[in-house]
Amino acid sequence: MTRYVMVADLDRCVGCQTCAAACRQAYATEPGVQWRKVLDFEFGEYPDVQRVFVPVGCQHCADPPCMHVCPSTATGRRDDGIVTIDYDLCIGCAYCAVACPYQARSKVDRPAYAHGDEPTELERMQSNEKRIGVSQKCTFCAERIDDGLARGLTPGTDVDATPVCVNSCIAEALHFGDIDDPESKVSRLLARYNQFRMHEELGTEPGFYYLWNNRETARSQA
Amino acid sequence: MRFGDVHQRYWDWRAACNFMFGGTGGSLMFLTAAASYPESPPGLLGLVSLIIVGAGLALVWLEIGRPGRFLNVFLNFRTSWMTREAVAAAILFALAAAGVQWRLPAFIGLAGLAGLAFLYCQAMMLRASKGVPAWRLPAILPLVMSTGLSEGAGLLLLLFALTPAVPAWLSAVLLALTVLRAWAWWSYKAGLAGANAVRSGPQVLAGVHATMLIFGVALPLILLVSALGAPGAALHLNSIAAALVVLSGWYVKFAIVTRAARLQGYALARPRGPAAARPA
Repeated sequence: MTRYVMVADLDRCVGCQTCAAACRQAYATEPGVQWRKVLDFEFGEYPDVQRVFVPVGCQHCADPPCMHVCPSTATGRRDDGIVTIDYDLCIGCAYCAVACPYQARSKVDRPAYAHGDEPTELERMQSNEKRIGVSQKCTFCAERIDDGLARGLTPGTDVDATPVCVNSCIAEALHFGDIDDPESKVSRLLARYNQFRMHEELGTEPGFYYLWNNRETARSQA
Repeated sequence: MRFGDVHQRYWDWRAACNFMFGGTGGSLMFLTAAASYPESPPGLLGLVSLIIVGAGLALVWLEIGRPGRFLNVFLNFRTSWMTREAVAAAILFALAAAGVQWRLPAFIGLAGLAGLAFLYCQAMMLRASKGVPAWRLPAILPLVMSTGLSEGAGLLLLLFALTPAVPAWLSAVLLALTVLRAWAWWSYKAGLAGANAVRSGPQVLAGVHATMLIFGVALPLILLVSALGAPGAALHLNSIAAALVVLSGWYVKFAIVTRAARLQGYALARPRGPAAARPA
């Protein structure tokens, strides 16, 4: 079996938002819609304060609540773990958006552009009328993966078969691959470092892992 | 450590109205059928039930992004409570229409059960919304069910008050359902506080609680009990109590859907060791 997952190393992420920009560049999502976001979170009390940057988006859950509630079967889950939306089936009820515990879904009811009523050249080229009035979210760049696989490439290893956010990361904080392959980069990272998944108590089994608090581990292994 | 929670902006007053009207209309159909079985109920009562349920569904239809595809709502009966709600509504309308057309009390009785099923589906729709802590609580189920039934009983009493013959048992049923709803409300409120839900949920509901306490519990109960000792004024006292029960129920559901609906937000968890990396 194959299950594609993403790994975000919070000890490496610098919060540059390049992944978010790359995603918007690739998919020309409407203003206010970000399939990949990087949150800036501070916690603790002075002088013991920490700041961490947390990439978020669709977690491609193994047991996705969005899929269960979807009345139209527009939301599905592929055999490789990627949670998809069929824009032609979706009725835009947004039930999935209130069922998702990761705030990963968006809905835009009418075309919107970054600079007023007229689309920019990029927006004109990449506008997707099918996305209007329906639910949308990160796809793990499923088309890139499928295209890469068809060409014999390996997702997570070969750039042309890997999500654009991972390719664009300047700090090597984002990783992608098949968790069922013990030799994949994500499997090796997860086998080596401390990690967590968000909201695991809700039973969604997200396919998005966070590496965190590994500085001590790395230091001791050095 | 939770952060970044925002208010859901997908379901607005139109969705709230579906829960308000759907609960009242579905339970009105159920209580109407139950009250008159094995005879056919007055046609007006069934008609009012269908109009109320239909109004809620029409408002939701106006809210969806692709209204032309509304028939796709029937495609996922296996897991979606929204599909099941739509199926229950379709059965409710079909049975009620057939029952009236051919004067078949059994069909009206079955339509009543469909109305109850419709109410249950609405409660489960909220329960299945994992992204909103104030909705996914188990206590939302008895709350939505009990307030829907209370509203239905209240509206039934108001409609019967327009006729010469108000069933004597109806005020007793309303009294019992109002007590049941009060228990469900307190359970829900306690559950929300105990669940360490997003902070604004309990804050919003604290304001709702005072209104519910006065207009949804205390006043209706005082009026319904007073009516027992004052037969001459019973009709008026019961009618005012019924109106308060209906309006307070709508108010609570409106508040839960539109105001207490903060999303889950994000969280950092304590990391586990590398050995626990692979899912079970």
